[in-house]
Amino acid sequence: MTTDAERPLLRVRDLKTHFTLKAGGLFSGTRKVLKAVDGVSFDLAPGEVLGIVGESGCGKSTVGRTLTRLEDATGGTAEFDGQEMLSLSKADFRPLRREIQMIFQDPFASLNPRLTIEQTLSEPVRIHGLETTREAIRERIARTLTQVGLDPKVMSRHPHEFSGGQRQRIGIARVMIVEPKLVIADEAVSALDVSIQAQVLNLIKDLQTESGISMLFISHDLGVVRHICDRVAVMYLGRIVETAPRATLFSAPSHPYTKLLLASIPRIRPGRVAAEDRGEPASAAAPPPGCPFHPRCGLATDICRSERPLPVDLGNGQFSACHHAGNQQGEAA
Amino acid sequence: MTQSKPPLLDVRGLSLSIATGGSLMPVVRDLSFSLNASETLGIVGESGCGKSLTSLAIMGLLEGTPVRVTGGEILFEGRDLLTLPARERRRIMGNEMSMIFQEPMTSLNPVYRIGDQIVETIREHQPMSKTAARARAVELLRMVRIPDPQGRIDSYPHQLSGGMRQRVMIAMALAGSPRLLIADEPTTALDVTVQAQILKLIADLQSETGMGIILISHDLGVIAETCDRIAVMYRGRVVESAQTRDLFARMRHPYTRGLLDSIPEPDEDVERLPTIPGRVPGLDERVDGCAFHPRCARASDICREQDPAETAFGGGHAGRCHHPLEPDA
Amino acid sequence: MTPNATVQWFATGRRIFRGRWLATLGLAWLVLVVLAAVFAPLIVPYDPLEIDPVARLTEPGAAHFFGTDHFGRDTFSRSIYGARMAIVIGLGSVVVALLVGGLTGMISAYFTRLGAFLMRVVDVLMAFPALLLALVLMTILERSVMNTVLVIGIVYATTTARILFGMTLKLKNEVFIDAAVCSGAGHASVLFRHILPNLISPLLVQASFIFAFAQLQAAALDFLGLGLPPEVPSWGNMLSESRIYVTRAPWLLLFPGALIILSVFSMNLVGDALRDSIDPRFKNDIKGV
Ligand SMILES: Nc1ncnc2c1ncn2[C@@H]1O[C@H](COP(=O)(O)OP(=O)(O)O)[C@@H](O)[C@H]1O
Ligand SMILES: Nc1ncnc2c1ncn2[C@@H]1O[C@H](COP(=O)(O)OP(=O)(O)O)[C@@H](O)[C@H]1O
Ligand code: SF4
Ligand code: SF4
Ligand SMILES: [Mg+2]
Ligand SMILES: [Mg+2]
Repeated sequence: MTTDAERPLLRVRDLKTHFTLKAGGLFSGTRKVLKAVDGVSFDLAPGEVLGIVGESGCGKSTVGRTLTRLEDATGGTAEFDGQEMLSLSKADFRPLRREIQMIFQDPFASLNPRLTIEQTLSEPVRIHGLETTREAIRERIARTLTQVGLDPKVMSRHPHEFSGGQRQRIGIARVMIVEPKLVIADEAVSALDVSIQAQVLNLIKDLQTESGISMLFISHDLGVVRHICDRVAVMYLGRIVETAPRATLFSAPSHPYTKLLLASIPRIRPGRVAAEDRGEPASAAAPPPGCPFHPRCGLATDICRSERPLPVDLGNGQFSACHHAGNQQGEAA
Repeated sequence: MTQSKPPLLDVRGLSLSIATGGSLMPVVRDLSFSLNASETLGIVGESGCGKSLTSLAIMGLLEGTPVRVTGGEILFEGRDLLTLPARERRRIMGNEMSMIFQEPMTSLNPVYRIGDQIVETIREHQPMSKTAARARAVELLRMVRIPDPQGRIDSYPHQLSGGMRQRVMIAMALAGSPRLLIADEPTTALDVTVQAQILKLIADLQSETGMGIILISHDLGVIAETCDRIAVMYRGRVVESAQTRDLFARMRHPYTRGLLDSIPEPDEDVERLPTIPGRVPGLDERVDGCAFHPRCARASDICREQDPAETAFGGGHAGRCHHPLEPDA
Repeated sequence: MTPNATVQWFATGRRIFRGRWLATLGLAWLVLVVLAAVFAPLIVPYDPLEIDPVARLTEPGAAHFFGTDHFGRDTFSRSIYGARMAIVIGLGSVVVALLVGGLTGMISAYFTRLGAFLMRVVDVLMAFPALLLALVLMTILERSVMNTVLVIGIVYATTTARILFGMTLKLKNEVFIDAAVCSGAGHASVLFRHILPNLISPLLVQASFIFAFAQLQAAALDFLGLGLPPEVPSWGNMLSESRIYVTRAPWLLLFPGALIILSVFSMNLVGDALRDSIDPRFKNDIKGV
């Protein structure tokens, strides 16, 4: 989908989001910095779906929340359609909110229980002045509800009257109703049951293909990511450790962490080489020096313990931030 | 295994209902399965299908909930737990069978050191001195592969990672040397890498101790990898059960098939996921005949009228369907 | 109100009061008080201000159900008008407390920097016992219905601010608030369209407690001669005037005293019932004032 000549819709460079935590005992009151996102760079082409995967706590959501300005970036830049947006004031950013939308994980928590579906869906339409008359707004809501597979008649109901899958459709309607250019989906199907998850995934895929929206699809589920993404970025402790086109990532992963992830997924059909026991990630508040993955890596050498690896271009759009990338293809993690 | 020895656990026709304002709403209907020592049975199904209630019923933990056992037997080594005197049942509950849950953080008390919590559990099961119990606690922590158990025993729960906390929970479950372990979504809150470790640990412990294990999960992958037998539940019933290999080689129930097909897998590309239309009907919605018929492509008139009885397909493979799929489908 | 909404209200009421006979009795008593207040002129046998020197300190009887005071004024009629004052003081204090305290709490939780300052002020005010704070404020102001309402309202605005601060902090971190921000909602819309409606039921509970405690405060101020002007027939003033004659005319103490206690107790019972029926998330936030 992406051609080299095209300007990326979103261009993120060295994005950093740090949180200050109060740490230590009751009286010491020292402050600790948690580097949730610490130097993330990627491009997203128009119409492209980029997956972000990684274990919980690696900073996936924080990337999404920073790009929607729900969290403040500590450093770095993000150009949307050629315009730097992290340095904009909140007021100047507001018009961009129409272009950049977010689908949230929890279909139960993401809808205001006190508002009807019509009230929830009309809000962005009114704020961004997309329709002016009440009739036009209702018509647009009805159209969008149909688009996401719901009966427009449900408009007058409250969230508690819907099942999880239906609520997630409403969440998707809230995003689609403003015709955005970029959608950030944060674990959009993770809370749903398998049979419902498949329905919603198909819906997201259809809507994305029809409208050519760019999407940042955040998920911990590699099966889901493979199904929906064109390209995948793997995050570990606040950084991207590998980026590759979908086919490459799943058939020829380069980074030892990617391999560990792939080997850990329980498979329905037998044949997986079981992953070795590689412990758990270090805390983001105290990442190991050098390559943050080195305590869990079977290939770690001295350089891994002291120097942070930079992404290496392996060709065909595959990048791997590993000192030994490129010379260990085929070895097991 | 001799003929005369009864299975470790034999659940026969278990039915559970929820008492709501005077009436009883069935949640689990006529559920049967059995489990031998050293065997792992997987129960899989979408949320709300009755997996947890079934395990709570086996453990005798339904007291204080609106859920009532309305029929059936739960035979543990031949003795019906439902008719056993309360004292005897409590003794079996902690010692001979135990259970681990999804949320390792909520099951541990945050203000006590994990060692003290394990010691307390041990001493509940068998009277022994604090020192002896502490030694046993260290041994249990070693069993669940916690590195440096001597050092970790004095940690507080929040000082441990999610995976380590689940290991502690498993250690506590092992305190009475149970012969049956029920694990209800033990890895659902964990990351895949940690999940793989915990599942492997459970399998290792089984080969060391010969426990029978019931593993409950909504994740067919987890079940497929770890279980000898699988029971697929839909809306309070087991709709299909078989040896794991059999089930995947010769799936007979349309729901099992639909469930499998709708899972996007990391090893294959599909353009469009096949889906099961509609949703699971709520408990308060009445569905006549086969509970799956509103969503089933094979449904016929008889499906809408008559609840299918269990059919044996041979080789321990059974299911409830009027029009089962062809074995090689 | 549409018939449908009426049915719904009725159903909600039934849910809250079902099996709580004490709270139901409390509610019944409060309904009586409100009816008395509304229809006071139709009920009273005498003008509550009318002095009758001949009938001074008459014992309760057929002519004067609750007896008369040292001016010969009919205690029953004064008590009925006292219900009016009770309602005015209660509602007025609730409005002031919820407006001032509610806004302070919500805004403090939402704008954290301003909030840190405002909540410090609230903490300082809360360091004074409620009655002391009311006394200090009333000594500065002159005795009037308006000032009494204002002062009691301000006193309870502090606790209201604390409670709403906590609840708004919680709601502010709800995912649906993030979602609203992503839809482009500004501060006012987030605060009043998304947060406030979720606070209505806890606010109602809080209001019921303030209403009850305002009665006690008002009575105490009246008793100390700092509340309503002395000629106003309020239960507190009646109580205050009864002091001198308490041995000769105990009914002067008995009737207004009983009315105050019954009303406060009833309001508390109703408040408890309301509290137990609301959103469990907030149950621990509201502990009364
Ligand atoms: N608002 C916050 N304040 C402090 N720490 C936070 C905040 N949000 C996230 N974190 C921390 O940042 C890290 C990354 O979190 P998150 O982006 O949610 O990870 P993921 O979505 O990959 O699971 C975690 O350690 C998390 O605890
Ligand atoms: N304590 C309870 N009171 C009322 N209903 C319950 C209770 N526990 C479970 N249920 C209902 O029973 C059904 C089965 O629940 P459960 O066994 O927990 O499902 P599962 O574990 O398969 O997700 C669900 O519809 C659930 O809402
Ligand atoms: S840099 Fe070294 S430690 Fe890090 S992933 Fe590569 S080989 Fe492993
Ligand atoms: S019994 Fe009928 S409706 Fe039920 S699963 Fe079988 S074919 Fe489908
Ligand atoms: Mg996340
Ligand atoms: Mg469950």
